[in-house]
Amino acid sequence: MDDPTQATRGSRTAPVIEPGYTFATITDKISSIVLTRPVSNGWLVGFGVGFLITMMLLYAMGYLFLRGVGIWGVNIPVGWGFAIVNFVWWIGIGHAGTLISAILLLLRQQWRNSINRFAEAMTLFAVACAGMFPVLHLGRPWLAYWLFPYPNSMNYWPQFRSPLVWDVFAVSTYFTISLVFWFIGLIPDLATLRDRAENKWAAIIYGILAMGWRGSARHWKRYETAYLLLAGLATPLVLSVHTVVSFDFAIAILPGWHTTIFPPYFVAGAIYSGFAMVLMLAIPIRKFYGLEDFITQRHLENSAKVMLATGLIVAYGYAMEAFMNWYGGNPYDNYLLWNRLHGPYAPIYCALLFCNIVFPQVLWFRKWRTNPGLLFLVSFVVLVGMWLERFIIVVVSLHRDFQTSSWGMYYPTKWDWMTYIGTLGFFMAAFFLFIRILPMISIFEMRTLLPEAKEVKAE
Amino acid sequence: MTAKMEKNNNKQPREDVGPGKKNKLDLARVRAKIAETKGPEYWRSLEELTGSEEFRDMLRREFPEGASEWLDSVSRRGFLKLMGASLALAGMTACTKQPLEPIVPYVKQPEEVVPGRPLFYATAFSLGGYATPLLVESHLGRPTKIEGNDQHPVSLGGTDVFSQASLLDLYDPDRSQTVTYMGDAYSWSSFLAAFQGPLNVQKTLKGAGIRVLTQTVSSPTLADQMRQFLKLYPEAKWHVYEPVNRDNVLAGAQMAFGQPVETQYKLEYADIIISLDADFLYAGFPGFTRYARDYAARRDPDGHMNRLYVIESTPTSTGVKADHRLPMRAAEVEEFTRALASALGINGGGVPPRDTQAKFLHAMVGDLRSQRGNSVVIVGDHQPPVVHALGHAINQALGNVGRTLVYTDPVDANPINQTESLRDLVADMRGGKVDMLLILGGNPAYDAPADLGFADALKNTKVPLRIHVGLHQNETAELCLWHINEAHYLESWGDTRAYDGTLSMVQPLIAPLYSGKSIYEMMALFSGQAEATGYQLLRSYWQKQHAGADFEMFWRKSLHDGWIEGSAYRPKQVALKAADFPVASQVDARAIEINFRRDPSIWDGRFANNGWLQELPKPLTKMTWDNPLLIGVAMAERLGLEKEDVVELELQGKKLMAPVWVQAGHPDNSVTVFLGYGRSRAGRTGTGFGINVYHLRTSAIPWFTTGASLRKTGDTYKLATTQGYQTMETPIGSRPQVREASLEDYKKDPNFASEDEPKPDFSLYPRLPGFEYEKNQYAWGMAIDLNACVGCNNCMVACQSENNVPVVGKDQTVKGRHMHWLRVDTYYQGERDAPRAFFQPVPCMQCENAPCEVVCPVGATVHSTEGLNDMVYNRCVGTRYCSNNCPYKVRRFNFLRFQDWDTPQYKMMRNPNVSVRSRGVMEKCTYCVQRITQHRVDAEREDRKIADGELETACQQSCPANAIVFGNINDPNSRVAKLKASSRNYGLLADLNTRPRTTYLAEVRNLNPELEEKAEHR
Repeated sequence: MDDPTQATRGSRTAPVIEPGYTFATITDKISSIVLTRPVSNGWLVGFGVGFLITMMLLYAMGYLFLRGVGIWGVNIPVGWGFAIVNFVWWIGIGHAGTLISAILLLLRQQWRNSINRFAEAMTLFAVACAGMFPVLHLGRPWLAYWLFPYPNSMNYWPQFRSPLVWDVFAVSTYFTISLVFWFIGLIPDLATLRDRAENKWAAIIYGILAMGWRGSARHWKRYETAYLLLAGLATPLVLSVHTVVSFDFAIAILPGWHTTIFPPYFVAGAIYSGFAMVLMLAIPIRKFYGLEDFITQRHLENSAKVMLATGLIVAYGYAMEAFMNWYGGNPYDNYLLWNRLHGPYAPIYCALLFCNIVFPQVLWFRKWRTNPGLLFLVSFVVLVGMWLERFIIVVVSLHRDFQTSSWGMYYPTKWDWMTYIGTLGFFMAAFFLFIRILPMISIFEMRTLLPEAKEVKAE
Repeated sequence: MTAKMEKNNNKQPREDVGPGKKNKLDLARVRAKIAETKGPEYWRSLEELTGSEEFRDMLRREFPEGASEWLDSVSRRGFLKLMGASLALAGMTACTKQPLEPIVPYVKQPEEVVPGRPLFYATAFSLGGYATPLLVESHLGRPTKIEGNDQHPVSLGGTDVFSQASLLDLYDPDRSQTVTYMGDAYSWSSFLAAFQGPLNVQKTLKGAGIRVLTQTVSSPTLADQMRQFLKLYPEAKWHVYEPVNRDNVLAGAQMAFGQPVETQYKLEYADIIISLDADFLYAGFPGFTRYARDYAARRDPDGHMNRLYVIESTPTSTGVKADHRLPMRAAEVEEFTRALASALGINGGGVPPRDTQAKFLHAMVGDLRSQRGNSVVIVGDHQPPVVHALGHAINQALGNVGRTLVYTDPVDANPINQTESLRDLVADMRGGKVDMLLILGGNPAYDAPADLGFADALKNTKVPLRIHVGLHQNETAELCLWHINEAHYLESWGDTRAYDGTLSMVQPLIAPLYSGKSIYEMMALFSGQAEATGYQLLRSYWQKQHAGADFEMFWRKSLHDGWIEGSAYRPKQVALKAADFPVASQVDARAIEINFRRDPSIWDGRFANNGWLQELPKPLTKMTWDNPLLIGVAMAERLGLEKEDVVELELQGKKLMAPVWVQAGHPDNSVTVFLGYGRSRAGRTGTGFGINVYHLRTSAIPWFTTGASLRKTGDTYKLATTQGYQTMETPIGSRPQVREASLEDYKKDPNFASEDEPKPDFSLYPRLPGFEYEKNQYAWGMAIDLNACVGCNNCMVACQSENNVPVVGKDQTVKGRHMHWLRVDTYYQGERDAPRAFFQPVPCMQCENAPCEVVCPVGATVHSTEGLNDMVYNRCVGTRYCSNNCPYKVRRFNFLRFQDWDTPQYKMMRNPNVSVRSRGVMEKCTYCVQRITQHRVDAEREDRKIADGELETACQQSCPANAIVFGNINDPNSRVAKLKASSRNYGLLADLNTRPRTTYLAEVRNLNPELEEKAEHR
């Protein structure tokens, strides 16, 4: 096994953790962010902005509940608008966290240890944002619980042929598993915080959350088993959740939705946007909290490589979709392609191609791939592009379907924007809270990266 | 009077009754008062109980002040506040204050009334003097739906949009609800007192100062009353005015025959129909319901097929149905008619036309010559008299008179030139000759020709007593001293004539909601019979007409049937006078022509406050809530205009800002604008929408003129159209939504329409048990004959009324959220300047493999074993997935709370058998499932099957052309099954294997080979 502190393949690739750390220094460095470091102005500003935007979200939601979804731009034919675009986008972002924590764990990719914690937190917050939209977009949101199969006096059951019911199960399972996985992974670190906390209340709270973790060998054995099992459970979810989300579209008969390529292409798109979000979070964090030694060039580069690969899968998806629209000879599909390229939303489609296919090609070059500033920009562009992709799929397919007489346009209203930006604010606020009150990098897993850990094992 | 007095009281300084100054409650008095009372007496507060001065003062102050807000139609806030207050009070009095004495509910039900079962009464609606015979559905005394009277020879079950929507007018909360004097509420008795003195004075003057202004009157009873009145006041004058009148038709008849006669067409015998700018296939044309029926009946590609030529100055639904259509500026129609007359051997003068017009004329003349006696020429009401006279001459020359058309006495009881009549009236008003002006209905202050200055005369001349009787406090009421709230025709007795003279009885369905008075009662009052009720007036008139022992029988039968048998006019023999057709002035071909037309939805503006009509898409533009300037494509390009651009329209020195709509098929160098918009006092629904073109319309140019100019302003204005994309062509091929062939091609290939249909049972999966439809008793289906459909929008209003479909307003329509369960799509095809056009009514297809059902997560849309795609409103959570997956986009969603749940009048209007949907719920066409259920109950009680034809959906019932047929497709003898067996039958998007239950019969055009317009195979 490679020494993670050593650069591999000569000097070209950076190490996973910079040399010179010991068990104690790692623990100090990470736990100090939570326990000892004073609240900085930067954090206050960041959290404050997120909080204010969250308040705007609550306002937009309040007005929505008061008046109805008519405050948005949705109409007939475009029955789904920003809400579903945002839902798919947020769910997709969540996928990177699970991929990093579960799949890379099973694949023994040790470099994941320094980014899995906050990537998982990102997953949770993203799924929380995503989960709001299917409820908000209902005509009668107070009846959302009717989508769950619960015993009731009406003797009624959900209609299981509808992909929206599958969605309910997929998303709720995903959220539950992600939460449990994240929490189990936190337990040893919570115990560390409990032990190091100087504030009595913090010690009590961390203590409760640590669930009596004492670090005994038996604890560790059970912990490892549980963690591995959960990783096994979470792994198929990475593939299944977005597959089910893609069924929302693929099951329908609408041109532009009714496509068998959707499941793989949605999953690839999800991981694509998820890694973009990981980078967008990692790059500023490592800078502001001085964590360049833990989140190294290696991490950035690996993430960029995943993005490049999934981006190419997405590009293949686009190409196949367009090819099949043409090759299939179905006039409705044919028109869909024409409409994407020449219709009223053509600039959005062009922007999508640029953001998701053209611009990310800079990642082929190592020089640019390792430039955090550029990487940040690419990630941003990819996130925009993936949002546009969902807009194209949802809105552009709906606005001109079979009957020319029913063609229409969709224009988002300020309430659409407020709700979308509101969830960004919520995500931001939640993330700022997370980095202040929980170790954003897994302390004990970082320690296993040190050569000392290997030595212990070897003995 | 009481209201007025109390209002005066208010002007005294108020005493502040704020908490600080309030007298303390005397608890001793309260206790004493409670001790005094026996039994359940109710009080609202302790102040009331003790009868305190403050409470009485509060009561006095509270209401009269607010009452004046009733009259201000604009203040919605105020209205809602008052409604709330009155509802609360109604609750207090109605619910808690039952009589103290014992009361007994009725033990025996009143005869005929079965709760839950509607009764139908015959009555008639009239527009411009012409009756539309009706059957009105009444639920426990509340009229809820208007249908055509299927036993009346003029309706045969069909109606028109105006008569159906008049139900909403009855319940319009903005209707005038009280007598007013200078805008303040007064009692009826105070009006009687105020009006008696001046009338007595007039008696001595033989009524020299009295002028009566009515709308067109065809009622024999009212005409008789007018005669009596004029006998009583021989110097008084009766003026008639309506902005959409038939002056030109009468003048044309006068010119041709020397007497005013009515022309009645017999389209059931016509093989060649030529319309010279006549929109006879749309509501408002006298006889429309019957003409649509006769036209469609003689349009069977497997039987007799007529051919329709339309020469028109603005695209109309009649033009859409034309086999050959020639767009032409209105002013050129005269020249063209002369050429047509000359070609048929009449001395019509004029020069032969050139190019396309010549070719068209030649083909037409060929057809006319070969079909002498089986052809008919119909001239539009707005063409000048000479064109009408030429039309009469042509029909005479072709030997059509007595076969495809007959002449009768005019339906109008007072056939005078209405514009001149109004001109005389204004002259008299300005000349100070008028002491007492009675305006019985109408709104001349808004719609009189601009040059007459009627409103100005009403405002500024000294007419001491100006009385307006009307349904609304409109622009005219504002300028009159007294306004009397008129009773709606569904609240009053009367009679009227249909286009063929058939007498139709008007009987009330409900007592006047606001104690309104009918015109009959007002005329009786002016004639000194103050106590006479409408019922007495009508009955006594008919008693005179039908003296004899069997009167009671006659009376009951007439009311029951809604018409008097044998009362149609007998054809009249009239001789054409020496053909002398004064030569017209030359038309300036370069000057821009402007056409004023009655609006297809709100007529002359009288329906401006009717939401159903305002939101009813006009047949071609699909425009709602506005009247943009319609201009042709070529002209728009020349002027650099696009739709929704605002132009400055100038005509004879008057300017108006107007939005533009580019209308395919509009003649070049010509614009059309509809009347009736820009109302300043219509009510909450109608005020302020559109532009008022009456400002430009003068008595000399009531319908069209040249010399308009347009100037682009650079502004834009949002218009609300319900169909933004009006072609089946896409850059990637054409979509076979409407399929059409020429008669010739149809004969060669009768199956042209259904070639790409999938085989039945084209599925991998077996049907679910219970859903093997052919084994069930009923399988409901619908066939819509596109050949018959004339695009009159009737089905849309019928559906809206039957199914409690809400009106959403212009803003929501712009966003694409109109709620019509049934829409009529209009498509254009071919040349942009003279395109073909098609109508296609689209209700829910009730697919057997419904794409909407599988995607609903809560099972809110499910299939019935009879094949209906049912919507369970209560179960719907509003994901809108069903709509997304509906390839026909017939589903409608309540994005906001579109239903008005508060206005009490609307609660009375709604169909009690159809749920009123809440916000956030999807809805759509149900095939009128409530009607199916009703008939199933009836049939099961009688142990029989529902018979074919017994059950009609609302759209089917209203269709004057019989284009919509609904029934049981499992019964091979049903009409719908037979239609579906036709080779023309095709399903919309059937290649998706949705197996639609609603199918279409492809359109077939009877083209003249000479005009070489080969219809494409679609």
